[in-house]
Amino acid sequence: MSKVEMMVNGRKVAGEVEDRTLLVHFLRENLGMTGTHVGCDTSQCGACVVHLDGKAVKSCSMLAAQASGSDVITIEGLAAGGELHPVQAAFKEHHGLQCGFCTPGMIMAAVDMINRHPGGLDEKTVRAELEGNICRCTGYHNIVKAILAASGQMSAGAARAA
Amino acid sequence: MYQTNYHRASSVDDAVKLLKSSDDGKLLAGGMTLIAAMKTRLAAPSDLIDLRHVGELKGISVAGKEVTIAAGTTHAEVAAHGELARACHAICHLASHIGDPHVRHMGTIGGSIANNDPAADYPAGLLALGATIVTNSREIAADDYFTGMFETALEEGEVVTAVKFTAPDQCGYAKFPNPASRYALTGVFVARRGGEVRVAVTGAGDDGVFRATAIEEALAGSFDPSALEGVSVSADDLMSDIHASADYRANLVVVMAKRAVAAAKG
Ligand SMILES: Cc1cc2nc3c(=O)[nH]c(=O)nc-3n(C[C@H](O)[C@H](O)[C@H](O)COP(=O)(O)OP(=O)(O)OC[C@H]3O[C@@H](n4cnc5c(N)ncnc54)[C@H](O)[C@@H]3O)c2cc1C
Ligand code: FES
Ligand code: FES
Repeated sequence: MSKVEMMVNGRKVAGEVEDRTLLVHFLRENLGMTGTHVGCDTSQCGACVVHLDGKAVKSCSMLAAQASGSDVITIEGLAAGGELHPVQAAFKEHHGLQCGFCTPGMIMAAVDMINRHPGGLDEKTVRAELEGNICRCTGYHNIVKAILAASGQMSAGAARAA
Repeated sequence: MYQTNYHRASSVDDAVKLLKSSDDGKLLAGGMTLIAAMKTRLAAPSDLIDLRHVGELKGISVAGKEVTIAAGTTHAEVAAHGELARACHAICHLASHIGDPHVRHMGTIGGSIANNDPAADYPAGLLALGATIVTNSREIAADDYFTGMFETALEEGEVVTAVKFTAPDQCGYAKFPNPASRYALTGVFVARRGGEVRVAVTGAGDDGVFRATAIEEALAGSFDPSALEGVSVSADDLMSDIHASADYRANLVVVMAKRAVAAAKG
């Protein structure tokens, strides 16, 4: 057993887990935060994406013990004060989801992608960057639209703030 | 996943000690191969020794043409390194096409070459660059290091600490990715130093990464895609699987080599 301690969405959490416990299972089962999904067992689908110390990672391919001491942000941590995050709002506006299973991972991947491209994104880049996120429903078209819209809005916001 | 015991190493020496004192322990870097294999019970190490917090295994240094990449450097860090891109852009390009962004945030160069997957990208890069693999106990030339499919010259308990190479005059990498996994169905790295050209092929060989001597000779005469018109590669020792036949891969080797040379000439 390992004692793990980390910040999850700004809150300090701790627990005793088997060393083999995956981060995604720690989040879902120990913390009851079921927003992060598991869609495969081959590390390919991206439904489990969270941010670890500011970077998008697959929480199904990392032990909770590996993440101990880190800062984790999950889909539950995006909305502030009851307001959807701009990427969440864009997915709603552009109908970027159908069943919604892939959506938490898509949105966490999208936020990371936008953060890494502060100058903005084009369609080709968005499609290439979505390589690690699989959607069985939408055909990706509206997901790409939503990410482009959010990216445009967020970089315009950053330009105003500067 | 079977039970395992997690340890966090504080230094390379500490990792070596932890590995020695474990029953059937394994080093853990990004986990993008190892944790994935443990989830499907293809691997079941008694102990995991996590290298991700070892400071001496991180970072890239570029001094003129001399490049050193520490083993724990992630694919994303290699892809985004400006100074490295100026010295050897092809290695950054290669790293930027491994898997997906999330895999690149965790996966490391040390983990990739210790694993030596026959379809991994880095083995082609390091073999073509004539790199040196540095471990906790010695230095190994890439020509002697990659010994076969999932096989390397590493001894039990040996830790890769860095790779180093002299940046070539020109280099390029082209891969035909497997459309599902993004691993190389065939990937070719070319590097030219003066009149010497080295060409390494991944994803296609029956026994892992290899040097394509027929292509090297043709390119030594003229470092141009046109030098490869009419050059063919034997399908004898190439891989056949559900994704592509050996003949198809033999053709891809030449096509990717032409694209890699075109990329090298920018
Ligand atoms: C969805 C997906 C797509 C991928 N696509 C590609 C691709 O397109 N191209 C590609 O090349 N790879 C691909 N990979 C593999 C990826 O690049 C891995 O990161 C890499 O192969 C292993 O690196 P790691 O740091 O994650 O190592 P780990 O998984 O932690 O370890 C792998 C092995 O190396 C050993 N090891 C680790 N570090 C050291 C060290 N310093 N010294 C000695 N032994 C060590 C471990 O004990 C283990 O046996 C993909 C992986 C996934 C999950
Ligand atoms: S659950 Fe599919 S990649 Fe993590
Ligand atoms: S909306 Fe159903 S999997 Fe993407």
